[in-house]
Amino acid sequence: MSRQISIAVIDYGMGNLHSVAKALEHADSQADVKVTADKQVIASADRVLLPGVGAMRDCMGEMQCLDLVDTIKQAAASKPFLGICIGMQALMTHSEENGGVDCLNIIPGNVERFADDLSDPTASGDEHLKIPHMGWNQVHQQIKHPLWQNIPQNQRFYFVHSYFVVPQSPDPVAGSTVYGHPLCVALAADNIFATQFHPEKSADAGLQLFHNFINWDGSYDCSACS
Amino acid sequence: MGLAKRIIPCLDVDKGRVVKGVQFVNIRDAGDPVEVARRYNSEGADELTFLDITATHEGRDTIVHVVEQVAGEIFIPLTVGGGIRTVDDVRLMLNAGADKVAINSAAVANPDFVREAAEKFGNQCIVVAIDAKQVAGKPGTDTENETPRWEIFTHGGRKPTGIDAIEWSKKMVSYGAGELLVTSMDNDGVKNGFDLPLTRTISDNIAVPVIASGGVGNLDHLAKGVLEGHADAVLAASIFHFAEYSIAEAKRHMAERGIEVRL
Repeated sequence: MSRQISIAVIDYGMGNLHSVAKALEHADSQADVKVTADKQVIASADRVLLPGVGAMRDCMGEMQCLDLVDTIKQAAASKPFLGICIGMQALMTHSEENGGVDCLNIIPGNVERFADDLSDPTASGDEHLKIPHMGWNQVHQQIKHPLWQNIPQNQRFYFVHSYFVVPQSPDPVAGSTVYGHPLCVALAADNIFATQFHPEKSADAGLQLFHNFINWDGSYDCSACS
Repeated sequence: MGLAKRIIPCLDVDKGRVVKGVQFVNIRDAGDPVEVARRYNSEGADELTFLDITATHEGRDTIVHVVEQVAGEIFIPLTVGGGIRTVDDVRLMLNAGADKVAINSAAVANPDFVREAAEKFGNQCIVVAIDAKQVAGKPGTDTENETPRWEIFTHGGRKPTGIDAIEWSKKMVSYGAGELLVTSMDNDGVKNGFDLPLTRTISDNIAVPVIASGGVGNLDHLAKGVLEGHADAVLAASIFHFAEYSIAEAKRHMAERGIEVRL
């Protein structure tokens, strides 16, 4: 019998967590998934996943309401931690969504909205880009990282978002994509990894990323980066 | 390099079973939504749409189980349409594992429902279905010299509403629709291709993605939906169900026409 790895998927009322939980279970039979808002369960889990769909004000509001902010910060400082979509954006300092919301400030930087007049600079004509950025876009891996293992360079993942992160320093940028302009869509900082795209909706590539997360010990030595 | 145009197979579900003859080789049960979803996923479908056509009230619960089962096994976006009338209907589908719901006649009957659902669950999960028929400017009719105009029809294209389709599309986006599913009721089932002027006029006038639907008979219709209709995604049912074409073939054809797709 292989050891079970407990993964706390933080349930703070932000969207459908069914897919995240099922995809984790599907990605690795060792995954023991708990969808939870219980501080003890989060604190004792081997891995923590911060998911999320929705708006930032509700996201931070729910976290505060459930008194989860410190628990999430402790997890993000101590064990393999994965943020997805709003769960990535929440790691930043500040978001301009909902007229401006202070976030967890774990990774310095801001969350900005796509410009209304976003256009494709590579298109021959005047191709106006739709917002939200919805669908499958290519992710360029900026660094070598255990979570990118067995995922091809420029693999497509599923996105749906109108806001994107702008880290203060380029150091934590693990992946980028182009939508009107280049943007950061994956972050790596010590034991934290975060994606703007949805691995739980990205078919085999997403399941591979979840598999990598479940099997990640949280170590990441940037000096070994290529 | 950029965002791929999406191909979305649509499955009609009646009392929990896929209907309209799904003809796959090597599939044990063509009526089983999970089996069909699995097949489409392995062929490279970018999303799946389930349209619940169950007429009886008692049969309606089954779509929830279908969504639960499919969402537990197939990890691509799922949209559910048909009979979504209340905020509770939306919540039920999202909790079952759907990523988006398509709202159709309920939006016409009560536009505020769209606003309420978008505020509660986020614009990204609210798809508004625009069922339109051309009422002026159609070649071969009395009004062919007039400026093209389309109107919203309900009840499967039988009931006119007098609402202008372009104005309605703009209104639905302003109410919070995150995506529009544009179906030509003139072309649906006719297999002559999408209504390209309708799709293009709507797509060029709104900021959110547009899914073209209704009338696909061959692979070039899909490509034209993007190239001439300016659609962000194309939806088709019968050409995939009857195994006339696979999704992989559809993608290869679109790629040959210079359209960015996920291969």
